[in-house]
Amino acid sequence: MNANQLLKSLLIAVPMLTLAACSSSQGADDAASQQTNQQQQQGQQGSGVELDAAERTKTPEEIRAEQMETLRQENIVYFAFDDSRVSSEYAQMLSEHAEFLVQNPNVTVTIEGHADERGTPEYNIALGERRAKAVAQYLQNLGVSSSQMETVSYGEEKPLVNASTQSAYAKNRRGVLVY
Amino acid sequence: MSMMKKLAFVLIAAMVATLLYRPAQASLEIVITDGIDSARPIAVVPFRWLGDGPAPEGLTQVIAADLMRSGKFNPIPTNAMPQMPSSEQEIDYPSWASLGVEAVLVGTIEPYAVDRYTVAFQIVDVLRGQITSGSRVLRGGELVSSNDHILDARRSVINGDQFRQYAHRISDVFYETMTGEPGAFMTRIAYVTVNHNNEKPYELVVADYDGYDEKVLLRSPEPLMSPSWSPDGNKLAYVSFENKRPEIFIQDIYTTRREKMTSFSGINSSPVWSPDGRTLAMVLSKDGNPELYTMDIASKQFTRVTRHHAIDTEPSWSPDGKSLVFTSERGGRPQLYSVNLDSGQVRRLTFEGEQNLGGTYTPDGRQVVMVNRTQGNYHIAKQDYPSGNMQILTQTSLDESPSLAPNGSMVIYSTTHNNQQVLALVSVDGRFKARLPAREGEVKSPSWSPFLR
Repeated sequence: MNANQLLKSLLIAVPMLTLAACSSSQGADDAASQQTNQQQQQGQQGSGVELDAAERTKTPEEIRAEQMETLRQENIVYFAFDDSRVSSEYAQMLSEHAEFLVQNPNVTVTIEGHADERGTPEYNIALGERRAKAVAQYLQNLGVSSSQMETVSYGEEKPLVNASTQSAYAKNRRGVLVY
Repeated sequence: MSMMKKLAFVLIAAMVATLLYRPAQASLEIVITDGIDSARPIAVVPFRWLGDGPAPEGLTQVIAADLMRSGKFNPIPTNAMPQMPSSEQEIDYPSWASLGVEAVLVGTIEPYAVDRYTVAFQIVDVLRGQITSGSRVLRGGELVSSNDHILDARRSVINGDQFRQYAHRISDVFYETMTGEPGAFMTRIAYVTVNHNNEKPYELVVADYDGYDEKVLLRSPEPLMSPSWSPDGNKLAYVSFENKRPEIFIQDIYTTRREKMTSFSGINSSPVWSPDGRTLAMVLSKDGNPELYTMDIASKQFTRVTRHHAIDTEPSWSPDGKSLVFTSERGGRPQLYSVNLDSGQVRRLTFEGEQNLGGTYTPDGRQVVMVNRTQGNYHIAKQDYPSGNMQILTQTSLDESPSLAPNGSMVIYSTTHNNQQVLALVSVDGRFKARLPAREGEVKSPSWSPFLR
C-alpha cells in the first residue's frame, strides 16, 4: 500500500469511525432516557394515579396558518376566453375563502389576474385586471371588506403553462388568491 | 434570372448566417422567410485593402447584410461578381449591367495611424455609368469628364473598433441615395427576454438593430414590459413588476440612472413618449378602469384623456403629437380609435376583423400598423389613410407588439415560432419577411429606437 492509497483509506475510515462514535453515544442516551421513563411510569402506577395529557389549545395564529394552508391548495378561478365572469363552479371554493377572510379581518389577500398569450400584452393587462376585480367583487358580495383585498394584473406575463395550446390557454386565464 | 436570384439568396443567407453567428451574443440571427425576389440587385464589392498585413475584416459583409435586411436590395454574392473594382475608374460596366446589377458600391481601406484607417467609398450607378462614364461634357466652357454616374463618394478616418458602426453609416448613405428615404441602420432595438432558468428571468435589453452589441439594462425576478424610447434615444420608459405591482420607470440607458414615474393602485402600463419628449402617454386604472392619461414629465402633472367604462389602452402618438391612437373595447370588441388631445374628440379607426389592437402610426402619419385578429388569428396589419384600406402583412402566428423603424420601412414584432416567442421583421409593404430566432428563452416587446446620429 503506497502513501496515496493509505491516505485515501484513512479519508474514508476516519469519518466512518466518527459517525459510529456519534450514533453509539446517541443510542446510549436514548436507552438511558427510555429507562428513566419506564421507572417513572412504574412509580406512578405504583401510587394508583392515572396520567393523561390534554390537547394543547392551538393559538389563533396556528389555526389561521392551518386554514390558510388549506385555502392555498384551492385558490385558482379559471375563466373563459375574453371573459371575466366567475363561473358557478367556484362558488364553494370562494365561499370558503370569504368565510375565512370575514373571520380574520386582519388577513389580507392579493388577487392576481392573468390572461392567455393571445392578443397584445397591454390589452391582456387590462383583461387580467378585470378578472382579478371580478373575483374581488365576488368576495366583497360575500361580506369581505375591500380593505382586505388587493388586485394585481400580470396579463400574459406569468403563464401557468408555457405552451400555445387550447388547454394551456385555459389554465393561464385565471384569478389566483395569494395570502 | 430567377435561378440566379435564388442562388444569390441562398449564398447571401449562408454568408449572413455565418457572419452573424456568435454563440454568446447572436440572439437576433436572421432567417429570411420571404421577399428577396422583389429586391433590387446591387453589388457590395469587398473594399480593397491598401495596407500591409491582414486586412480589417467585416466591413462590406455588414453593409451587404444591412442592405439585404432592408428588403429593398439583393446584394449579389461576391463569388458571382465579374470583377473586384475598388473605384469607379476600374468598373467594367457592361459585365455588371449584364447581371442586372443596378448599383455598385466600391471602396478602399488604408492605414492612417496606429489603429486608425481611412475608408473611402463610391456608389456608382451602373446604367448611367455605361452611358456616360468616360464621356466628356462641356462645363464652364471646359470639357470635363462626366461624373453623374457617381451617386455619392465619401472618405472618413475611423478607429479600429468603429468598422461595424461605419458600415451601418455607409449602408445609411447607400439606402438614402438609392431610395430617397433615410436608412435606419444606425438604430437600436430594446426588448425583453424571459428565461426561467435564470434566477432573475426577466431582462430589459438593448442591441444594435441587427442584434449586435447586446446590453442588459435591467435584470429582474418579476416581469418587465413595454419598453419605449425617448425621442433623443437616450432613455427608455418601461413597466416593472419588481415591487409585485406594475410601476412605470424611466431609465437612462447610458448612466443607469432611473426614476419611478408612477405607482398608482391598479394598472400602470403602456408608457409612450410624445414626439417632443416632454410628455408620457400611459394607461392608469386608478380611477376605476383602464383609461389613457398624459403625464408632463417635468412637472409630473397628469391629464386624463379618456373617460369610458370600457377598457382603453395602448396609446401611441400621432407624429404631430396632437392625437393618440389607442385600443378600446367601447364598441364591444377591441378596436382602434383616435383621440384629439385638444378637443377630446374620439373617432373609431378600424372596422375590419374581429379585433384590432396595438396601433402605431407610420412616421408620415398616413398609415397605422396594428395587430389584427381575423378568424382567431393574430397578424400584423396596416391601414392606409384616408382610403381606409386594410392589408394583412404577416403569416406568422400570435403576432403582437409591432414597432416601426424610424424611417417607416420595416416593422419589428413579436411572434410565436416552434412554441417560443421570437422577434420577426416585415417590410411595411408586406413583401419582405424575416425571423430573428431567439436563444434560450423568449424574446418579446421589441421597440425600435429613433434615429441615433
